[in-house]
Amino acid sequence: MRILSLAGRRLAASVPTVLLILIGIFLLLQFAPGDTVDAMMAQMGGGDAATARELRKFYGLDLSVAAQLGNYLWRLVRFDLGFSAIYGKPVVTVIAERLPATLLLMISALSFAFFFGLVLGVVAARRVNKWPDTLISTLGLIFYATPSFWFGLMAIVVFSIYLQWFPPGGLEDITTVNTGLWRVLDIARHLVLPTLTLGFIYLAIYLRIMRASMLEVQNLDFVRTARAKGLDETRVVVRHVLRNALLPMVTLIGLQAGTMLGGSVVVESVFSLPGLGRLAYESVIQRDLNTLLGIVFVSALVVIAVNFVTDLLYARLDPRITSGV
Amino acid sequence: MSFNRIEMTRRAALMTSAAIAANVVAPWRAFAQETPRKGGVFTVHYGAEQRQLNPSLQASTGVYIIGGKIQEPLVDLDAAGQPVGVLAESWESSKDGKSITFRLRKGVTWHDGKPFTSADVAFTALEMWKKILNYGSTLQLFLTAVDTPDAHTAVFRYERPMPLHLLLRALPDLGYVSAKHIYEAGDIRTNPANLAPVGTGPFKFVQYERGQHIIADRNPNYWRNGQPYLDRIVWRVVTDRSAAAAQVEAGQILFSPFSGLTISDSARLAKDKRFIVTTKGNEGNPRTNTIEFNFRRKELADLRVRQAIAHAINIPFFIENFLGDFAKVGTGPIPSVSTDFYPADNGPQYAYDKALAAKLLDEAGFKAGPGGTRFSLRLLPAPWGEDISLFATFIQQSLSEVGIRVEIVRNDGGGFLKQVYDDHAFDLASGWHQYRNDPAVSTTVWYRSGQPKGAPWTNQWGWTDPVIDKIIDDAATELDPAKRKALYGEFVRRANTELPIWTPIEQLFLSVINAKVRNHSNTPRWGSSTWHDLWIAE
Repeated sequence: MRILSLAGRRLAASVPTVLLILIGIFLLLQFAPGDTVDAMMAQMGGGDAATARELRKFYGLDLSVAAQLGNYLWRLVRFDLGFSAIYGKPVVTVIAERLPATLLLMISALSFAFFFGLVLGVVAARRVNKWPDTLISTLGLIFYATPSFWFGLMAIVVFSIYLQWFPPGGLEDITTVNTGLWRVLDIARHLVLPTLTLGFIYLAIYLRIMRASMLEVQNLDFVRTARAKGLDETRVVVRHVLRNALLPMVTLIGLQAGTMLGGSVVVESVFSLPGLGRLAYESVIQRDLNTLLGIVFVSALVVIAVNFVTDLLYARLDPRITSGV
Repeated sequence: MSFNRIEMTRRAALMTSAAIAANVVAPWRAFAQETPRKGGVFTVHYGAEQRQLNPSLQASTGVYIIGGKIQEPLVDLDAAGQPVGVLAESWESSKDGKSITFRLRKGVTWHDGKPFTSADVAFTALEMWKKILNYGSTLQLFLTAVDTPDAHTAVFRYERPMPLHLLLRALPDLGYVSAKHIYEAGDIRTNPANLAPVGTGPFKFVQYERGQHIIADRNPNYWRNGQPYLDRIVWRVVTDRSAAAAQVEAGQILFSPFSGLTISDSARLAKDKRFIVTTKGNEGNPRTNTIEFNFRRKELADLRVRQAIAHAINIPFFIENFLGDFAKVGTGPIPSVSTDFYPADNGPQYAYDKALAAKLLDEAGFKAGPGGTRFSLRLLPAPWGEDISLFATFIQQSLSEVGIRVEIVRNDGGGFLKQVYDDHAFDLASGWHQYRNDPAVSTTVWYRSGQPKGAPWTNQWGWTDPVIDKIIDDAATELDPAKRKALYGEFVRRANTELPIWTPIEQLFLSVINAKVRNHSNTPRWGSSTWHDLWIAE
């Protein structure tokens, strides 16, 4: 149960962090010139001063900054994320609509990157400095160095326009109605290109980390002992080396889940997916404070949850953590 | 670097010019022999989601492109750009111009089955156009009442004379009707129908998935018998312009309106026989690129400096190399596509002449200091389009050659409006002026003094001119169309003489349409129109 108290302490420590982040973002957005009514006027293409005054009152922007922040925090304490200025509905609803697509993309991209990063990393480490290693490392470097928007657009040009294998964007086909399994398959087809685009960059990182930590663990004493015991090579690699080499990978996943949530704004835009990244971007442009703070809040919750799971995974991979050695 | 860019864009533009010339003619030939095919799904690119979809509450192309198929205006513009009845069948004005009578179409029903009557028109005019609608609130400022003697007659009563000529040209944009029974209870701004509009139009709202798509289906009870031809319209939300171009190319989007693609992608698609790239159908939404001068800067308050800046910028060169056939040299605040108001004489024009510019600056007393710099200015380009951004850089380079150092300060939409129109924290600003068929709608406010601080796209330059104020006020209540035209001619000449704003480039939006689409681009505000006659060939 030591692991639970450890995780519990982590959770408790994240509460003030979230609060600080929220207040920080609130104040940062106050420095941006213009408010949500200016942004709305920009979108409308004009409007008179009386209308603007009325709208500011409508959105509660006629109050002082301190009063607005106070109101916001007071609502937050009551688990009320407020009303979205752009969407005209509660922020919770707006985020709930966007969360599935984001999580779907994030989980599939992470799983893809993790799995292939692991496999390729192991292969590269086993054939270190031979041609498979060179090939894999070079590919990894290319994936890592390619900007994701370019990668996404090129994937669309090749696979959607020329080969017509995959749709160029969207979450599902809206010109026909699909139900049940067909709908799942349709969504999966739509997610192939975005998943690859988002996954390739992370794949590169994972395979580098995996290769390095495999090489490191391979030379440790207990591996030599395992070999000396006469265990076959596969068993040595899977049971002894891999398990220990996985720890840095798990750490990295915990850290990157958060980045991926925000970092997918490019992929979401290129593939027209309705995710949180695009919502956040739009909220900044539209100066929609409530929505932006809501997203920050939810993202923080997701990151905390992922880190919590990471902590539990540590214990599973390395029993020393729970036994308190 | 800059030369490479110019070369590339130039090549693209030149290729486009030829391709457009070929493409514009071709599709029309086919129309005459073909009979419309019923059915089909029309997919439309939707770049920037708005906060609501009701065109009675927000006058912008981002709303018309959707709400304009679901709701209808009293009048629209026909192929020749003249007012034609939609929900109104006929109209007349009293002699004094203070009451205007509309006879409404009979047998029209809302999508929920309730009949459309004059009560809807009266409610929309007084509660929406007069109180909420941008530009509508200015247009209907002196509207006092709308009488409804019977269910199909609406009489607009004005405190001051309202030129029928003006009203009919403003109403295609500012005359969309909403249903009274939907809106009479509760706050109009938060009404759920704002995002699920109910109208009389050829298409019925079905679904709006934020960030993904909007769907509207054929209205089987539409008042034009046998129309519309399409089964469904789907608007796909695609924010990335290159991704949108890819979807157009893959056939997933059949129409990208209002210059939604990049100039280079449009140029590329124009060479492809499967697509039509044209400015036709956008004559009702012309725009001019502007340079606004802040008179609070002593240098810019001097007319010679403003003239010098205009003379220092080579507009034909910029258009040829960056915009191609999509633009031409602007002559004043009223664009040349406005057949009703474009004056024969636009007053002074400012041809490119670097030597003259330098001479004017010398005369104004701003001699070149050490390093050749006379003074520095902050230029705020609006973030609406890539042409503005390119133009800002071009202004910067052109003015540096006559000794004016320009610092470019970029903002997003909200920031730009706040800094220019509220904080007045600019020396030069550059954006678009959108002309809406009659100068009294959205043009004269750029010049008339006494605009409240913070009102976007109005005279916030610190410039007051009693002469232009008088012309504007006279024209706004002048009932005789010929006299109105003459007054606006005077207005243009005065504007070009005093030069508080320079309008050097005139542009139309660009439509990119799949070649199998028929009856497209057939009215001056086609992207905003109802699409009742639109169909897709096999």
